Amino acid sequence: MIYFDQVSKIYDDESIALDNVTLLIEPQEFVSIVGHSGAGKTTLLKMLLAEENPTNGSISFESTDISSLTKKEIGKLRRRVGIVFQDFRLLPHKTVKENVSFAMEVAGRTDEEIASDVPYALELVNLIHKANSFPDQLSGGEQQRVAIARALVNQPDVLIADEPTGNLDPANAYEIVQILKKINDIGTTVILTTHNKGVIDELGKRVITMEGGKVIRDDQEGKYNL
Amino acid sequence: MNIIGFKRILKSGWINFTRNTFVSLSAVLVMVVMLFIISGVIITDRLLSETLSSIEEKVDVNVYFNPDIDESVALSLEEQLKTLPEVERVEYISKEEALERFKERHKENQSTLSALDELGENPLGATLTIKAKNTSQYDSIASFLKNYQSVNLSENHIDKINYFDNKQAIDTLNNVIDGSQKFGFIISVIFIIIAIVITLNTLRLAIYISKNEIHVMNLVGATEGYIRGPFIVTGAIYGIMATFIVMLLLVPISLWMTSIVQNFFIDVNFMDYYIQDFWRLVMWLLISGIVTGAVASSLAVRKYVNSKRR
Repeated sequence: MIYFDQVSKIYDDESIALDNVTLLIEPQEFVSIVGHSGAGKTTLLKMLLAEENPTNGSISFESTDISSLTKKEIGKLRRRVGIVFQDFRLLPHKTVKENVSFAMEVAGRTDEEIASDVPYALELVNLIHKANSFPDQLSGGEQQRVAIARALVNQPDVLIADEPTGNLDPANAYEIVQILKKINDIGTTVILTTHNKGVIDELGKRVITMEGGKVIRDDQEGKYNL
Repeated sequence: MNIIGFKRILKSGWINFTRNTFVSLSAVLVMVVMLFIISGVIITDRLLSETLSSIEEKVDVNVYFNPDIDESVALSLEEQLKTLPEVERVEYISKEEALERFKERHKENQSTLSALDELGENPLGATLTIKAKNTSQYDSIASFLKNYQSVNLSENHIDKINYFDNKQAIDTLNNVIDGSQKFGFIISVIFIIIAIVITLNTLRLAIYISKNEIHVMNLVGATEGYIRGPFIVTGAIYGIMATFIVMLLLVPISLWMTSIVQNFFIDVNFMDYYIQDFWRLVMWLLISGIVTGAVASSLAVRKYVNSKRR
């Protein structure tokens, strides 16, 4: 489904973010990427979202070469890939419901579809009772759940979670991981980056370990091992 | 973009405006200052041209004929003058009418009137009062009169042409009109540019605050139009709100200005200008406000939407 073929990224100041990375991620997989800061995890995700182009190599999503997409096609790609950030990045002047609806609006969905799908996504993250609250009225864990609902509502093929538990306490972190597992169970490919050893060890799924821009380990039922 | 998309953009722009209270308030206030300067320029321009035209109205050229010439001489000159393109109107005052006006003017002054009676005959001559379309044209009317006088009239036909007495005053007035219009235009352009630059910067800052939001919109796959649209709408709303506030503020200011200038015995009613120019003002302020707001927002957002892939 997603194929990184000998991908390298070298910035103008000669720093190497990715060094000849080759990876295949299958549909419906749950993949965790671990590594120290600067190991290249976020660069890898940015390339998948067409935020950055590789210096060498290519990235394919299904059969499409991501680096050759036009602006319009990038928009379409991003509607098939949901993303969740460490700092939530909700739209501060929109309510919970509006934040989730927004992702559907930009995808050109009708008002009827939005009215039926948004409550469903909010129920999935157990936040239907906070639909009319603003982000600053929610706890960190709740904000992250809204971000997940927003990422999910267009029924993406892939969900990228970039350090989603980084700003959360262990209880909230656990809850977020459970939601991600549930999403994976219903057929969505999940790519998770994290520094949280407990989360990785508890998942028992595929773990890719990166260091200095290279993949140094790729285990099908891996543990956090840095 | 379809109708649903357009409706969503309008709604989102309105929500941005109402929920970003502090940012909206500061953007509207800065725009109020800009539109206030523009309305000041419009009103001052109107005031200047009204004042100048009322002064111009008072300027004319009079041809005083000797009392003993035949009326037909004056009337034929009147006909000739009316054919000149520079002449707006010519008024003929017969010697009888001149006498009536003289008596009317001096009705309180018994000694002047009895002196006039003692003369036994009308000492006043006929007069032609000539109004030019523009004060700068009096010069060519005067040359025409001089030429006409030398060709068609003998020396004793005309007693006096007062243009030559007023020439200096008319020239000075012409210079004042010309100078004040040029000066007014330059000052207006400078003020308007300053106001627009300040407004552009304020809106740029307002959108800078939203740059993370714009990044998120990019990442959920929003098109460029869908990201920029609501900001453009919000910018236009700033312009509409600022126009409304400026039009309200101009009411007490016009009343106050009228009372101030009336203390100096100048008969100018700003409130009349406000009422007469109401729709012209609204139109100009709306155009300036909406265009500045929408264009500034659009340019500012573009910077963040076009975050090119590296």
